[in-house]
This record gives sequence, structure tokens and C-alpha cells, in this order.
Amino acid sequence: MLEVDQLTTRYGAVTALHAATLRVDTGELVALVGPNGAGKTTLLNTVAGLLRPASGHIRFEGTDITSAEPAHLVRSGLALVPEHRRIFRDLTVHENLRLAGITATSPQRSDRLSEVEALFPVLRGKWEVSAGYLSGGEAQQLAVARALMSNPRLLLLDEPTLGLAPALVDVIFDLLDALRAQGRTMLVVEQNAKRALELADRAYLLRTGQIVATGTGAELAANTNLFDAFIGADHGALGEAQP
Amino acid sequence: MIKLVQTLVDGFGVGSTYALLALGISLIFGVMHLVNFAHGELITVGAYASYFFFLHGGSWWWMPVIIIASAALASVATELVAFRWVRNANPFTLLLTSFAIERLSHALWQIFVSPKQRAFPKPQWVFNTFSVGGVRFEVMDVVTIGVTLVTLAITAIVFKRTMFGIAVRAAAEDFDAARLMGVRANRVISGAFAFAGALAGVAACLILMRSPAADPSMGSDWLLKAVIAAVIGGLGSFTGAVLGGISLGLLETFTRAYLPDVAGGLDRFSTGVAFIIIAAFFVIRPEGVLRVATAERV
Repeated sequence: MLEVDQLTTRYGAVTALHAATLRVDTGELVALVGPNGAGKTTLLNTVAGLLRPASGHIRFEGTDITSAEPAHLVRSGLALVPEHRRIFRDLTVHENLRLAGITATSPQRSDRLSEVEALFPVLRGKWEVSAGYLSGGEAQQLAVARALMSNPRLLLLDEPTLGLAPALVDVIFDLLDALRAQGRTMLVVEQNAKRALELADRAYLLRTGQIVATGTGAELAANTNLFDAFIGADHGALGEAQP
Repeated sequence: MIKLVQTLVDGFGVGSTYALLALGISLIFGVMHLVNFAHGELITVGAYASYFFFLHGGSWWWMPVIIIASAALASVATELVAFRWVRNANPFTLLLTSFAIERLSHALWQIFVSPKQRAFPKPQWVFNTFSVGGVRFEVMDVVTIGVTLVTLAITAIVFKRTMFGIAVRAAAEDFDAARLMGVRANRVISGAFAFAGALAGVAACLILMRSPAADPSMGSDWLLKAVIAAVIGGLGSFTGAVLGGISLGLLETFTRAYLPDVAGGLDRFSTGVAFIIIAAFFVIRPEGVLRVATAERV
């Protein structure tokens, strides 16, 4: 479904991503793990069209989408839940979701709003609340709900559990499981490497801008040498919460 | 008492015009982080459009449509021709670009029309008055306030209820996140310029009904006041722009009406006094009336 081939992205003189190659097949949940600053977010942002690569190619469902506009990619069926959620704090929950359905027709949008309401009970009854007043867990669920409004076939999620309390981390992982059961294809960047590898069909380990290992989630998790060397025991801690 | 009421009505009248212009400046600042110093030129465009329309036998019946349409088109044109190419440049480049458009506009009118003022007829009823409880009002004051209220109500509905309005507010908060939702950057920015242009067109109608004349540099005075009003309100804030415009209008008319008539009339310095008060305000509250982080953004 998604093929990333020799992708290099630079910020000025700094190369954040160096000739990264990966693929995500239909129906898979692929995890992208690695230490901070490894280039995980850069990779997702480049695929989603927010950054232009210096070289390399990205293909989505066989079509070359290298350097395509995000607005075009959403319409082709690819959505990103960005790092730090980036929900619109001054807009209400309903306005956030309505805007996220900008690519849909009006009846489609109503149907999807009902689906989202069923999938995210915490957002029910908060429709008219400014998104800035939501708690961290609610805001993260809104961010995922927003991405689902475009009914993407491929969902990219960047650190969906960052800054969440342990109980809410469980909620998000359950949600990812439920989305996979629905048949959504996902590429997930996750700081909580152990849990991400447990959930993932396959995974890639990224370090200093390069993909250094790949395998099934279980294979990577079982390879303790690799895991400790590149991620570190502390990064794999269960339910790690950050302020 | 009569003087107070009349000054209040005058203040709201002038302030409404500032508010409409400030709203457009705030709107463009919201989506592009550009303080558009070419915004006042839209009034000039409206004025010359009226002048040419009259030369060809036009009347005031159709004038508002001509003025609003020409201002909106000119606004979109500045974006297409100039701002689009420097959209991702630093704010200073954007600012210089807007200055360049302002200067270019002055020069083009001077070269291709005339450096001199071109007058055209005003609507018959403009300076008619009527009296309520001993206080005399000009019809134009009531028209100005009424038109502004209707325009603000339409603006509020557009930004609260329509997909375009929600997209503009989202883009003002986080442009990249809006693009990720599927908002097309070009479309939302062009739309914002069209809307800001239409607002400037409404302001131009109100200005031209009182003083129906086109002059190459007429936009600059209004621009300065409108930028100040937008900054008083907190750049990027919808409500702030309106509050800033009305406050500036009231401040000007009250200083003109109530400054003592000494030294050849201190009231001649009303604009200067108003600016001193504004400078003092910014010392106390540099972020403006409404802080954009907390206020709703355009």
C-alpha cells in the first residue's frame, strides 16, 4: 500500500532522514520505533506532504506521491495524526471534526460524525466545548477521530500516547487494535516501544535517520541486544507518562 | 447631554469604518502573519471604480456592488500577483511586499489617471438630518452604524457556520494542521483576501458616500488608523478588531469635541492626543485588548 524508497529529508544542512526504505502492506499495523531524534517524525511528515524530501520516492497504492500536497494526500486516502495532536484549540470539538470532514460530501460527513461519536464515547456531550478545554486523553482521541473523518485507508500516527497517563495509554492501544480489526492500515510511531512491538505486525527500527533493523514486532522485541542498544530499557517502560 | 449623544453617534460612525478595515487586516494577519499595508489601497480602488462608473453614466443605486466587487477582486489580485510568491518568506519580506504594493498603487493612479483629486456626485440624502428628543442625527450616521452591524453579523455567521469560515479560523491557528485536514492552502488564503477585500469595499462605500472623490493617496490615512485599531484589539482577533476600531473612533471624536478651545483650538490636535493615549495603552497592555492565545481568532 505504501512504499518508501531511499527517502532522504534535510533541514538546511542537517540530514534528518537518510535513505530510508520501508513498506506497509494493506491491513498491516507497522510500528516505527527508535530513540528521540532518530527521524521518526521527519519520516511521517515527509510521507504526509508537510516536508519535501531531498531525494527518494514515496508511492501510495502504486501512485507516486513524492512531494504531493497534504490536501491532495488526504483526498487520496492517507491521513496523519500529527505529533502533539495539533487539534484546533480555539475551535469546538464539533468544528474540529466538521473541518476534518472537508473532503467528504455533506451526507458522508454526517454518517462519519455518527461513527466517530460511537467510537469515541468521551467526546459525546462535549460537541460544543472548545477543544482547548479537553484533557490530554480527550484531545488525543479527538486527534484520531479527526483523522478518521476523511475515512483514510492508511492512517499515520505520530506518538499517539505521548504525555498520557498509563490508563489512557491503554485506551489508545485498545483503539489502535479496534481500528486494525476494522481493516485500517496503520503506520505508528511510538515512544512506548515494547507495547508498540507487541501490537505491531511488523516493525522498523530507526536510528540517526537510518533504518537499522526490521522484522515482525515479536522478532524485534525478542532481540534484546538490538533493543537495548538502540532504544534502551527506559524507552520500553510500560505506561511511561510524560508531563 | 445633547453634545455627548451626538459625539457618541459620531464616534461609533467613524469607529465602524475603522472596525471594518481592522477586521480585514486582522483576517489576513491570521492566515498569513502579514500586516498588510496595502489594505488601504482597496479603498482607493473602490473610489476610482466609482469615478469611472459615474463617468459612464452610473448612479448610486449600483455603486455599492461596484465598489465591493472591485475591492474584493483587487484584494485577490494582490495575493495572486504578489503575496503568493513570498508566502513562506520571513515576516519582514511580507511587510516590504505590502509596502511595495501600496507605493505602486499610488504611482499607477498618478500616472494613468491624475495626481489630482477626481470628484463625483454624492447620494442626495447623505447630509439630511432628523431629530429624536432634541438631538439631531445625520441619516448617514444611522446608515453607517446599520450597515456595519449587518456586515459584522454576516461576518460572524460566515466564520462560525460555514466550512470556509471554520477553515480560515483553523488555518489561522495552525496552518499545517489545517492542510493535513484537507484544507487547500491557496483556496483558503484567496478566500480570506476576497473576504477582507469585501469588508474594505463596505468601508469604502461608507467613506465615499460622505466624501465622493478619488485621490491616489487616499487609502493611506485610513490604513494607518485601521492598523492601529487592529493592533489595539490584538492582531488576529475578530472581536478585538471591532473593539479596537470602535475605541479608536470614540477616542478621536471625544478628544475633538472636548479638548479645550485654546491656543488656536487644541481640538486640532485630537489625532495626536488620541495617539498619545494609545501609546500609553500599549505601555500598560502591549498584547492589545484581547490576547490572541485566549481570544478567538479570525
